[in-house]
Amino acid sequence: MARSVASQIFASVLVNAVYAMKNFPVMLINTMLTPFSFIIVITFISHGALFGLAVEGALIMTMVSNGLGLQGDLSHLKNDLKVQEMVVGSPTSATIYIVGMAISELVYALPTLAILVVLSFFFLNVSVIGAIAIGGALFLMFVVAIALGFFFSTITSDVIQSFAFSGMLSTLLSALPPVYYPITYIPMPYQYIAYISPTTYAAQIVQNAAGFINLSTAGLVVDWIVLIAVAVVLMSIAIKKSRWVEV
Amino acid sequence: MTRITCKKLSKRYGKGPIALDNVDLSLDTTGVFALIGRNGAGKTTLVRILSTTLFPTSGDAKIDGVDVVGEADEIRKRIAVLPQEARPIPWMTPRELITSYLMWRGVGYKNAGKKASEALDLLGITKFGDTMHSHMSGGTKRKVLVATVIASGADIIFLDEPTTGLDPISRGEMWDLLAKLKKGRFIFLTTHYLEEAEALADRIGVLDEGKLLAIGSLSELRRKTGYPYSVKILQKADHIKIKLGRVIRGRDGNLQVFTTKKGADELSRRLISNGIKFATNPVSLEDIFYFFVKKKVDEGGEETGGGEWQGA
Ligand SMILES: Nc1ncnc2c1ncn2[C@@H]1O[C@H](COP(=O)(O)OP(=O)(O)O)[C@@H](O)[C@H]1O
Ligand SMILES: [Mg+2]
Repeated sequence: MARSVASQIFASVLVNAVYAMKNFPVMLINTMLTPFSFIIVITFISHGALFGLAVEGALIMTMVSNGLGLQGDLSHLKNDLKVQEMVVGSPTSATIYIVGMAISELVYALPTLAILVVLSFFFLNVSVIGAIAIGGALFLMFVVAIALGFFFSTITSDVIQSFAFSGMLSTLLSALPPVYYPITYIPMPYQYIAYISPTTYAAQIVQNAAGFINLSTAGLVVDWIVLIAVAVVLMSIAIKKSRWVEV
Repeated sequence: MTRITCKKLSKRYGKGPIALDNVDLSLDTTGVFALIGRNGAGKTTLVRILSTTLFPTSGDAKIDGVDVVGEADEIRKRIAVLPQEARPIPWMTPRELITSYLMWRGVGYKNAGKKASEALDLLGITKFGDTMHSHMSGGTKRKVLVATVIASGADIIFLDEPTTGLDPISRGEMWDLLAKLKKGRFIFLTTHYLEEAEALADRIGVLDEGKLLAIGSLSELRRKTGYPYSVKILQKADHIKIKLGRVIRGRDGNLQVFTTKKGADELSRRLISNGIKFATNPVSLEDIFYFFVKKKVDEGGEETGGGEWQGA
């Protein structure tokens, strides 16, 4: 039983990460391009001052964009290839499928994450507790992105709808929030807009852990609570409201 | 004996028109069952409900007494479905696709690989086993998909229009394969190629506008029309009064008479004496299909039905 569940999860990882990387490596380069080009641009503009912050920003962005990537990948498998329907009509549950697919997105992000972690290790001064906090915030952002990606993939029926939703989501989760610079760079009334995005809370946690900003304990607690709550709520909506069997 | 049963099965997508209309069905799961019908008849809808990927709006469907909605998990262990217009994942090879599909079904990696090789062999596509799908012809891709569902070892296989869009040669190859594969498993096939149903199916269902109009073996369907012979009149024959059987008007404007052996003989004599060209044949599936589908047109009052018809 446990072994067959492991097989079922591993199937998604094979399809969506292992075989994709092996047979179509250009897709991998594509996922690395955006975070690293941001690091370069931010570093140049800030004359090097924001390099460390940009590396941490790239970590968040990698988790968010790979998590959201689930939406496009699932839409493709479901709407264009009809492979998901073959899976629905087979002994796999929606939960097993999504867990496998989520892991596959993480596997896809591994090369990028590895480089960023090495850079953080050499260029940043992060305590063990700080590293755990960063890991936790990254994980929660990944859960948020996966939940949104999964939910929208199940309610879209064609690729154009899917593009529209993924455009909106990526604006909300990665363009709007201050990922590559501190939120204090945003003038006051506009800071509130940034707080619409859950990414902002993760960015504050990460920036605080790496010593780029100094949050009060109360502020930090609020960030964690918001981030955990958003992750839990979105994940339960995704599981409850998404359609596995069509209606 | 395993059976698929539907009771008053209906489906309406959202507020749209009814896609499946009170279908009652009882079907032994042996050999090949072909569901025929035009585009939009409801074939895919029925396949998807039976294969647990779509909820019905009302009524129920069971396989071996197991409900396709309430006990879908049980059903899914025994079935495999190839959806209409499915495509093999372009960045993968057939061996990788079949292996992954079997793993999704819970088979271990090693065992899945072994079964993939067997399925490739069975479908005669071993030499394409490690070629990427993006480099394959449409016919080969379709065989890969059939190999994938067959590899499952499921005893009930749903194939939704597996030959639509294939060139005639590939289609013929697929028929040969399906004829071979139907030994040892039940294949629920949909098609709008009537020759395909005629060549492969042990039983045939005629679906139109969501209604199951008839079901049975070809000879049963022939009998159900009541008229095992068809006399196709090949030119204008409006002055001939036909009192036998049932008459429909073909797309070419000429008449076709469904009739008994005796009626066919008598009509033939009269047509010959009037010098009118005609062709008499046992009714083909195509005739049967038009018989049932047109019958509805008759009942709708667009054409007169019944035993007597004076050509206009
Ligand atoms: N997802 C859907 N949403 C709305 N209407 C649909 C959907 N799928 C099919 N239909 C409609 O249901 C009817 C039956 O369709 P379908 O089962 O696909 O027929 P077939 O497979 O025989 O071509 C058609 O009128 C079609 O337009
Ligand atoms: Mg169809």
